Amino acid sequence: MFLRMSAAIAAVSLLSGAALAQGAKPSDPQIAHIAYTAGVIDVAAAKQALAKTSNKDVKSFAEDMVRDHEAVNKQALDLVKKLKVTPEDNDTSKSLSKNATAKLAELDKLKGADFDKAYVANEVAYHKAVDSALETTLIPSASNAELKSLLQTGLKIFQGHEQHAEHVAAGLK
Amino acid sequence: MVTALTLGISVSAHAATIQISMENMVIAPLETSAKVGDTIEWINKDILLHTATARNGDWDVVMPPKKTVTLVLKKAGTIDYYCRFHPNMKGTLTVAP
Repeated sequence: MFLRMSAAIAAVSLLSGAALAQGAKPSDPQIAHIAYTAGVIDVAAAKQALAKTSNKDVKSFAEDMVRDHEAVNKQALDLVKKLKVTPEDNDTSKSLSKNATAKLAELDKLKGADFDKAYVANEVAYHKAVDSALETTLIPSASNAELKSLLQTGLKIFQGHEQHAEHVAAGLK
Repeated sequence: MVTALTLGISVSAHAATIQISMENMVIAPLETSAKVGDTIEWINKDILLHTATARNGDWDVVMPPKKTVTLVLKKAGTIDYYCRFHPNMKGTLTVAP
């Protein structure tokens, strides 16, 4: 549990504070990259879960993650193409990806109910962190109105994911 | 008595089309009344796939993003429904005979 808590705290501080502390607020190309990366990470986590779980609620939740995050990311790609914006890699995206790789490795060692609980607990923490970053940093910092609007749509969707994950977690206890 | 009969005849002659939308992860309106023979137009304004799935098994409508799907109501009842992919999205449809 402590490991999961600290991963969540690390994620929140990366997204909202530490990684962005060196400068100004993130630019639109950086915001697009961060949002896209956050989605890719959740799809990868879900695919690991689909390969490992035999719990139907976890499977259903993971399928929703793949479906929804791929849909939002497709919208994001279409939008940056339309706006002629190139998503820009940055320290926040890099840290998110690094942490996600470590988390996949950690979860890979687990199986059965242990995996299910750990996966879903991480999904709760991860969505909390992403939602917080969207609300406090990414949405307020976005300059382009369409990008801002897509981020706001994403936030609604991901808040639903957080609640769904909490519900699944409660059922696994 | 005569008035009630007249009303009864004129209502059953016209099946209504009723719209229920899914937008920003919310079903609107949350509660809808209809009657057997009416058509529901399920309007998905979101970028995501949604469903309207009756908990009693009567119907399961899949709505692709930005599309409208119709459902003709064949059975009466008070039906709680939800989106299978986003189970927080819940509504009630009361279908009169």
